[in-house]
Amino acid sequence: MEHIVIIGNGISGVTVARHIRKNSDKKITIVSAEHKYFFSRTALMYIYMGHMKFEHTQPYENWFWEKNNIELKKGYVAKVDTENKNLEFSNGTSLTYSKLIIATGSKPNKFGWPGQDLEGVMGMYHKQDLEKLEKHAPDNKTCKRAVIVGGGLIGIELAEMLRSRDIPVTFLVREDSFWNGVLPAQESKMINNHIKEHHIDLRLSTNLKEIKSDKLGKVSSVIIEETGEEIFCNVVGLTAGVTPNIDFLKDSTIETKKGVLVNRFLETNIKDIYAIGDCAEQHEAIGQRRNIEAVWYTGRMMGEALAQTICGNKTAYKPGHWFNSAKFLDIEYQTYGWVFSEKNKQENEAYFQWKHPKEHKCITISFDKNSNKFLGINTFGIRMRHEIFDKWLTENKSIEYVLEYLRDANFDPEFYKLHEAEILKKFNKENNTNIQLKNKSWKRIFSKSN
Amino acid sequence: MKIIKNLGLIIFLTGLAIFIGTIFSGSFNLKQAELDSFLKEKNYKSTLIKDALQEAVVTDKKLNIFEFSSRVRKAYQKSNDYYDKQIAKYEAEKNWDKKGEQYQYKINGKPHTLSFNLAKKAGKGFVTENPGLAWFLTFGLGILGALLFILPNLILLGKPGIKNDGIYHESATNRGFIAWMVLIFLVSFYLVLYFFADYVVNWTFILDPISQFLAGRPASQWFVYGFLYCTVMLTMGVRMFIKYRHNKYQIVRTISVLFFQIVFAFLIPEIMASLQMPEYDFKNAFPLDYDFFFEWNLKSLTETGGIGIFILVWGIVLTLVIVPVMVYFFGKRWYCSWVCGCGGLAETLGDPYRQHSNKSLNAWKLERWLIHSVLVFSLVMTLVTLYCYFTGAQSFLGINSQWIKDSYSFLIGAWFAGVIGTGFYPIFGNRVWCRFGCPLAAYLGLVQRFKSRFRITTNGGQCISCGNCSTYCEQGIDVRAYAQKGENIVRASCVGCGVCSAVCPRGVLKLENGPEDGRINPTEILLGNDVDLMQLVNKK
Repeated sequence: MEHIVIIGNGISGVTVARHIRKNSDKKITIVSAEHKYFFSRTALMYIYMGHMKFEHTQPYENWFWEKNNIELKKGYVAKVDTENKNLEFSNGTSLTYSKLIIATGSKPNKFGWPGQDLEGVMGMYHKQDLEKLEKHAPDNKTCKRAVIVGGGLIGIELAEMLRSRDIPVTFLVREDSFWNGVLPAQESKMINNHIKEHHIDLRLSTNLKEIKSDKLGKVSSVIIEETGEEIFCNVVGLTAGVTPNIDFLKDSTIETKKGVLVNRFLETNIKDIYAIGDCAEQHEAIGQRRNIEAVWYTGRMMGEALAQTICGNKTAYKPGHWFNSAKFLDIEYQTYGWVFSEKNKQENEAYFQWKHPKEHKCITISFDKNSNKFLGINTFGIRMRHEIFDKWLTENKSIEYVLEYLRDANFDPEFYKLHEAEILKKFNKENNTNIQLKNKSWKRIFSKSN
Repeated sequence: MKIIKNLGLIIFLTGLAIFIGTIFSGSFNLKQAELDSFLKEKNYKSTLIKDALQEAVVTDKKLNIFEFSSRVRKAYQKSNDYYDKQIAKYEAEKNWDKKGEQYQYKINGKPHTLSFNLAKKAGKGFVTENPGLAWFLTFGLGILGALLFILPNLILLGKPGIKNDGIYHESATNRGFIAWMVLIFLVSFYLVLYFFADYVVNWTFILDPISQFLAGRPASQWFVYGFLYCTVMLTMGVRMFIKYRHNKYQIVRTISVLFFQIVFAFLIPEIMASLQMPEYDFKNAFPLDYDFFFEWNLKSLTETGGIGIFILVWGIVLTLVIVPVMVYFFGKRWYCSWVCGCGGLAETLGDPYRQHSNKSLNAWKLERWLIHSVLVFSLVMTLVTLYCYFTGAQSFLGINSQWIKDSYSFLIGAWFAGVIGTGFYPIFGNRVWCRFGCPLAAYLGLVQRFKSRFRITTNGGQCISCGNCSTYCEQGIDVRAYAQKGENIVRASCVGCGVCSAVCPRGVLKLENGPEDGRINPTEILLGNDVDLMQLVNKK
């Protein structure tokens, strides 16, 4: 029987395993060094914050794997022998495969800062990082201050985590406004303020020069490049992005660049070896997407697509319209389609923006300034319906249409304040239009686009 | 702020300690005249009980409640033992007339009830003399302390937003020592309330003036329970308002359950009593209101004329028409988390424990067996009772009417709904009763699952399987299992509390009453992949 071996039990690896099992009775083994059972990495922060325990982050009960005949193997793959279709583990054992799926995800970036490997320096990606954090920052007596380097989503989550235990946090962000390579200025500015509201010492346009240690090899302070200022701290979080976790493939014949290079069918240059998820790199980007997308749901979708291929139903990975979501402390963020920041704005792209006068709520709708075609929306503090925007993007709706029917898209809980009227009023005023808001209609909401 | 919190805790615990301490205070004894009038009122035919009680409680000795209770129960025992022997004797002699005669001498009811009724007349001491001050030292300090503990959260919790920080680090909310202490307290409270009410007769003295004012009669242990219930819900309701102040759904819902508890379950029945009307909670639907069709209730309703008949008709219409129609439009949430008193306590007092409901498949299996068994049990009981009521028979299909009513009241009414249902909040989560035992929830659930416009909609492909929704589901639903597949959640047990939606960091869940068409969508693949893959998988 064909033996499918999957390296990595994150969302990509587990999804491909589940879907292969749905469609076949092939032998499946999932290998992981991090933890025996699948857990949701995105929920690690909630364990430290005391919202959940580790077992709550496991989407399947432990009996699930045996019942579905999916073998779980704990081990660290040291080498892939593509000639003999054999995996060598760091403990000397080995495992043969018929088809190999590489789904090893990412690891935190390190940019060669002096002191980056000291005790008390950590990323926030692996379960082991959480254990380290619990060791070095269990409370604000052990950890008098923490410094976070890198202004992305993981950085702000780490800041939120530490603040939940009242640990003072200094947050070094290279950009002159938080995440402004991705977010338009309006949003980025709002998040800056919100970070400060949470008593996080946000330092913009600030780079790390070096991390200093005490006599025992533990972090004692960081030095800021611009000012030379020394900040004393017990923990340093490095959250300046992630890179594919593929060091173990260095000596293999599998073609890699930053990640494992794959075609649209997620095949590598070697027959019967595939790569999915964060560690997979497309030869050529799909649409406006990046070649490597370290996003939860793209890993899931690659898993779904590859499972079809493996089960004899050759299927390309064709992600639909871009979407994503995150939470910045208390502010929820969702995005559908493409909204580029001012820095990366396309030539034809224009914004329509609205911001609540007091609360942390705002939207940016991006549209084609020539054709008025709706390109995408960022929403902060207002939940919007994924299906609706997916449909509108597919149908190439205009921004006027989107605003007219915006009520259909609202996904906030009942009794929440609605802002569609104010939003539309602002648009009408700015554009001298007279668009009227349509009432919400279930019929429209549930009509499919295809 | 922390200081105020700690001070509040100390004041609260002081109030609680005094509340418990009052049990041991005061003295109990009767004068001859008091006993005589009591016996006359009760119309006891046994001369034995008169003598026994006279000897036991007509005394100058200052008995505490436990001594008093023990003496009364011994007198009760003595009298009833004697007549039981007589019955056995005449039985052996086959002297049926004599045997039948003996039954009128037996004292009906439970020994602790007799003791409670007598203690109510016999109580003396600080609490009976100063109910106002006693109220302030118990309820007053309790409320004041609790509020001092809760109100600083307005500042301590920081900006409005989901704040579950540290729940699994605290002993009280992570099944630690404090949680077990709370369990022991709650379980003891329910045991005393249901089975040894005479021991806490002093509590009723505290509330006698309020009960007199509202209902024109002294407080019973049930008045104490009702008053305490409303107090606890209000105070913990304040906590809900602060914790979920960013979430209007939670605020509106909490106001609603508070209103229905205080007005419908507490005030209206008490006021009806003062007007010599049958006490009735107009929102309490059968079969949760399991004694609605008991003879004594039907008798009292049919004998009180217009209002009684109205209640009878209302009760039946509520169960047969209003409940299913409302569930069709709004799901069972309109009742379970907007109206019901059990739900109200679970949502306020129980909110800190909601994360403890078991989410395993085994728990789900147990839940389905248990809750539907209770539903069947209650229906069988009602059928037997009604049959016996109309035909005058003692039993139906071999099931004795009195036996099944007693079993249900004891097992389900007292143990399941009270002792386990509330007492186990800190360990098993706050909806143990609603999830595993409530027959009305089972009935509502059947409608919700198969014929309703209600569902929890999941937002396309946005779920990151973090598990907050499942962790904070008080009904033990593995919400994530559905959300990560993009399936709407139409589980029978969902009470629509809305917390899964509130705690979701990605805005994936929304409670909706939409068209029935497409409500159950198990085959759809998650949004995100391009259309042809969707079609491909759907075809399979």
